[in-house]
Amino acid sequence: MLVALAAVVSSQPQQPSPSSQIPALTLLAKDGRRALPLTVTGDQELVALDDLATAFQLAVREETLGAITVSYKGKTIVVQPAQALASVAGRLIALPAPLTRSGRRWLVPVEFISRALATVYDVKLDLRKPSRLLIVGDLRVPRIQLRYDAVGVSGRLTIDATPRTTSTITLESDRISVKFDADALDVPGQALPGLGAQGLVLAVRAIDPAALAVDLGPRFSGFKAATQPLESTTRVVIDLAGQADTAPAPAPAPPAGRPAPDLPTLGQATPFRTLVIDPGHGGGDDEGAVGAGGAKEKDLVLAVARRARTAIEGRLGIRVLLTRDDDRHVAIDDRTAMANNNKADLFISIHAGASPRPSATGATIFYAAFDKGTVPAVGADRVPAFDGTVREIELVPWELAQSRHLDQSTAFADLLETQLHDRIPLAGQAVASAPLRVLESANMPAILVELGYLTNADQEKLLAGDAFANAFVQALADAVVRFRDALAAGGAR
Amino acid sequence: MTQRSIALVTVALAAVVLGLVLFVGLPRLNRRTPARTAVTAIPAAPAPQGRKIKARLFYVADDGAHLTSVERDIAYGETAADQAREIIAAQIAPVPAPIVSAVPPGTTLRAVFIADGGNAYVDLSRELASAHPGGTIDELLTVYTIVDALTVNLPAITAVQVLVDGKEVDTLAGHVDLRRPLIRNLAWVQ
Repeated sequence: MLVALAAVVSSQPQQPSPSSQIPALTLLAKDGRRALPLTVTGDQELVALDDLATAFQLAVREETLGAITVSYKGKTIVVQPAQALASVAGRLIALPAPLTRSGRRWLVPVEFISRALATVYDVKLDLRKPSRLLIVGDLRVPRIQLRYDAVGVSGRLTIDATPRTTSTITLESDRISVKFDADALDVPGQALPGLGAQGLVLAVRAIDPAALAVDLGPRFSGFKAATQPLESTTRVVIDLAGQADTAPAPAPAPPAGRPAPDLPTLGQATPFRTLVIDPGHGGGDDEGAVGAGGAKEKDLVLAVARRARTAIEGRLGIRVLLTRDDDRHVAIDDRTAMANNNKADLFISIHAGASPRPSATGATIFYAAFDKGTVPAVGADRVPAFDGTVREIELVPWELAQSRHLDQSTAFADLLETQLHDRIPLAGQAVASAPLRVLESANMPAILVELGYLTNADQEKLLAGDAFANAFVQALADAVVRFRDALAAGGAR
Repeated sequence: MTQRSIALVTVALAAVVLGLVLFVGLPRLNRRTPARTAVTAIPAAPAPQGRKIKARLFYVADDGAHLTSVERDIAYGETAADQAREIIAAQIAPVPAPIVSAVPPGTTLRAVFIADGGNAYVDLSRELASAHPGGTIDELLTVYTIVDALTVNLPAITAVQVLVDGKEVDTLAGHVDLRRPLIRNLAWVQ
């Protein structure tokens, strides 16, 4: 029989309970769960050999020469005190820490289980160190990742289960239950910033062997759920509707002219501080594309950029700069220079398209492309330093600055495509690379998005409407949040 | 040398000159005629007289966001530069509906140069930029119409830089970087 994991995800960071102050590895098997106590030294987690012996029916013997042999069904692992090695059937396996003695017990690093014991044990051992889980046998224990985005009085809870796992979602009296077709769930303890503040969702908890409970607050008024298969993940998106008039505490008044914050301020300070949005074209000589109905690209993209600035600054607390805030000409290099000089973390150029064929529709996101062999090489130069020495500096030509950020630019393009997917029409090839002048000199992740085609009558009307602008700005803000989070977590790709 | 011999040599030289005129000069004149027609952008394309080659030309696909290629007879060019000129002239010539060109109407060919190393420089009239309707994808289609027309049909040409009115330009309509030669890119061709 299986026992549920005790991980609880709440709006506040988890406070360790007295029992949880003793770190332990949770051992999950077909016949139940047990805890293996851990000893933590620095960042190394150690487990006692005699605890492993009890759990896995191992014979542990101290040899006369000081070596320790660990035997299982005739197979032997040999470890030596003070050596970060194990010998398994004559093969040496490195361990991150040596065998150590603590009183009368021998301790080995927890990786001993996955690197040494798993090679001699006749049942699969799956050590998941981040969540301190050890899965014994072929159990289905998907990893669960949660995120919560507050959107006005509403919210979106995104649950990713990896590998793909089907689920059933039901509304019970004061909670939504998400039951997975699995033996247990791997839910790392994590705080969900923004959760609870709206009075909409109070907590997300693991219950039963393989179910999550979304505890609903007093402002909950309804929900809509959708499941989306990704590459190796099943994504469950629960959109929760809230009642505006029963908000538990009014938010601070937003600055004049700015709408109330819609998206959460997601936690701790991150390196992401400045976003530069570039409304394309501008001025009397550069109107950009013009629709048959008279809509001008320069006006449309400026309106969208201003709206995006308002939304993202107000909701995310990110500084947003526009390369132009009125109808005037700005040279392409000046647009990029503004982003570079302000050390922007992301550069987004907004355009609208045209085609000689009115059939062309949908948005396209571009990242830069550089033709091999046709661009000057990056070099280095030696320059004198103040202390009289000479130091070597990397010289990156202005027009190649973007080349070092292409991975992250591509990652953001993909993120934006995902967010735009169900909100505005996308072109058949929604993400593409091209040698675009305004992106090449950007010394930060940078993309250019074409909102759609003004040469298509339906698109011209659509692009000029508030609903489209709102949908685009929401998607853009969501993509920026995810990009910022990915950067904070160690990289967007 | 006798007078008879001198007369024979004179006749032989005259025959050689006549032969050169008949078999080399006149066909060349014939071959150049359709090229001028194309450069001055008059109707598209009755098949050129004289010696021809098959070439792939690029036009806007039905989706409006890609190019599609068609095979056409193009006047033969004696040198690579001549052939490049013929191809570009044919490529930018107006085309009848339902074919749609990504090159703005009124664009004419000023010159084609081929440098060592396989770079070609195509100098087109100012209409290429001034009559361009704008839009990133449309600009990409215009640029790669020219780049691919040369790099696909003339393997010796590896990259193409588009010039406007005899000068290097940053872009045509604010998007595609034209400060460097661009290599063939069939990602925009269906």
